[in-house]
Amino acid sequence: MIRDPELLSQLLDTISRFVRERLIPNEERLAEEDAVPPELLEEMKEMGLFGLSIPEEYGGLGLTMEEEALVAMEIGKTSPAFRSVFGTNNGIGAQGILIDGTQEQKAKYVPRLATGEILSSFCLTEPDSGSDAASLRTTAIRDGDHYILNGTKRYITNGPEADLFTVMARTDPANKGAGGISAFIVQGDTPGLIRGPADNKMGQKGAHTCDIIFDNCRVPAENIIGGKEGQGFKTAMKVLDRGRLHISAVCVGVADRLVEESLHYAMERKQFGAMLADHQLIQAMLADSKTEAYAGYAMVMDAARRKDTGENVSTLASCCKLFCAEMVGRVADRAVQVHGGAGYMAEYAVERFYRDVRLFRIYEGTTQIQQLVVARNMVREAS
Amino acid sequence: MKVLVAVKRVIDYNVKIRVKPDHSDVDLTNVKMAMNPFCEIAVEEAVRLKEKGVATEVVVVTIGPKAAQEQLRTALALGADRAIHVQTDERVESLAVAKLLAKVVEEEQPSLVRLGKQAIDTDNNQTGQLLAALTGLAQGTVASEVVVDGDTLQVTREIDGGLQTLELSLPAIVTADLRLNEPRYAKLPDIMKAKKKPMDVKTPEDLGVETASRVSLVKVESPAERKGGIKVGSVDELVDKLKNEAKVIS
Repeated sequence: MIRDPELLSQLLDTISRFVRERLIPNEERLAEEDAVPPELLEEMKEMGLFGLSIPEEYGGLGLTMEEEALVAMEIGKTSPAFRSVFGTNNGIGAQGILIDGTQEQKAKYVPRLATGEILSSFCLTEPDSGSDAASLRTTAIRDGDHYILNGTKRYITNGPEADLFTVMARTDPANKGAGGISAFIVQGDTPGLIRGPADNKMGQKGAHTCDIIFDNCRVPAENIIGGKEGQGFKTAMKVLDRGRLHISAVCVGVADRLVEESLHYAMERKQFGAMLADHQLIQAMLADSKTEAYAGYAMVMDAARRKDTGENVSTLASCCKLFCAEMVGRVADRAVQVHGGAGYMAEYAVERFYRDVRLFRIYEGTTQIQQLVVARNMVREAS
Repeated sequence: MKVLVAVKRVIDYNVKIRVKPDHSDVDLTNVKMAMNPFCEIAVEEAVRLKEKGVATEVVVVTIGPKAAQEQLRTALALGADRAIHVQTDERVESLAVAKLLAKVVEEEQPSLVRLGKQAIDTDNNQTGQLLAALTGLAQGTVASEVVVDGDTLQVTREIDGGLQTLELSLPAIVTADLRLNEPRYAKLPDIMKAKKKPMDVKTPEDLGVETASRVSLVKVESPAERKGGIKVGSVDELVDKLKNEAKVIS
């Protein structure tokens, strides 16, 4: 749902221009320094990028899913690591508190998440529980008016920098399933919260992940999201649709950028006496990538509109994530191929994107998990 | 101090300009439009004056079709307080623009009028100067630095061969050059809020200005494509080529 087309086009123009003039020229620096340049981080906060999906009453923009998808496509046109920095505040780091948090919890944290004053992070994955998240082992045992957290969380996005963590932990050791899990808000400076060294990743340099270790970490009981035990996994699941559509839209944006890079190169470079873009086998790759990117766009926009009308889009969001993440992988592969030898060289953006996009097939639910979600929902609805 | 800023809707500076197949005009079909970059600089300067507490109100004005309200909204998002849209679908030339603006100046009585030095569509570089002539106000054009000092302005201008500094008494008209400042990006929440700021819509008739064109557009053509350059072996060869081939010196 687009509430005001004129307003949205202004938002998109402003973001697109910021991406083109500020972020794209700094992509190499981001990768080399493995950090978002501090002045750009400030500009991103100033602009309001940390509060895209946070309601206006808390100082955000309150974008609808369709609007957010269009914004994510614009942001997708630059290195995904830039998005990653404000991605958690808009997504998994804030949505849990927003959807299921108490009024006090929302009032205390959400306005500061919207401005980027505090950076948030989401701790679900563990060394022994990734896709099978409901089997997580981190425990939270009640002790008076506190809970004591113990366990290790793995690959935690923005972990090295986050001020606030949403942590999934088992409050009922007797219940090994999803019902035994609760969600906690844990401040980054809580004693017993230990950050591991930043992971050395294949791509998306500048966005950081690390282990978060809870060693007898005492968290006030009032920090349980929604004030009730056993709701954590449900909370985590509620934020998934939005996150999957958001990442799908980012994939479409990256695909658009890669098509643009490929076309530009194919029109500059000459072989056999003609520009690359005049050779039919190159044209086939350009056309396939353009078509697939457009298919992804159409899927994401359709699912986002349906979500805005209140439809349950769990299956469709997984369809989008499944297709778009795989699609951008193929588009990146062709982009390298169109560039030939140059595409294997770090001085061309496609080399970096080729590594960056690999993650899309893994996080926010692997391709295989999306396949399971889609198929299981199909079977459930038919039986 | 009230500051009036005039802005223009033009083709976005990133767009590759194409001529219509019948050469009647530039092709504007599905072309992205934006605020003229020099006008953005003028808006930025006015907003900074407001932030410093020098300006009390920033009013932004444009002349153009209904869609030009997008550029007014942009200016409001950047920090202007209210907008005036003089709506017309006609092609308005510099003199007509200056006459319309003169009427707005008469109504608004600003202490300072800011414009871009020129618009990147037709690059006329006339409106500010014409407006100064029509209103009788002091003018400082192509400003690269402006300092407000009580009732006077120090305007530094980039001219051939150096910098010239003028002192103007207010009210005055200043047109902005490229190096005056680096405009900010609008904050996204401010874009949302800009929707609620007041916008007054008028027509040239309301202002009693006749905007009929004095120039007829005969034909529009793309510039000739540049040919690849050559390297010369010596100064003598260069001089020879400039004389005998290019015939630009004698």
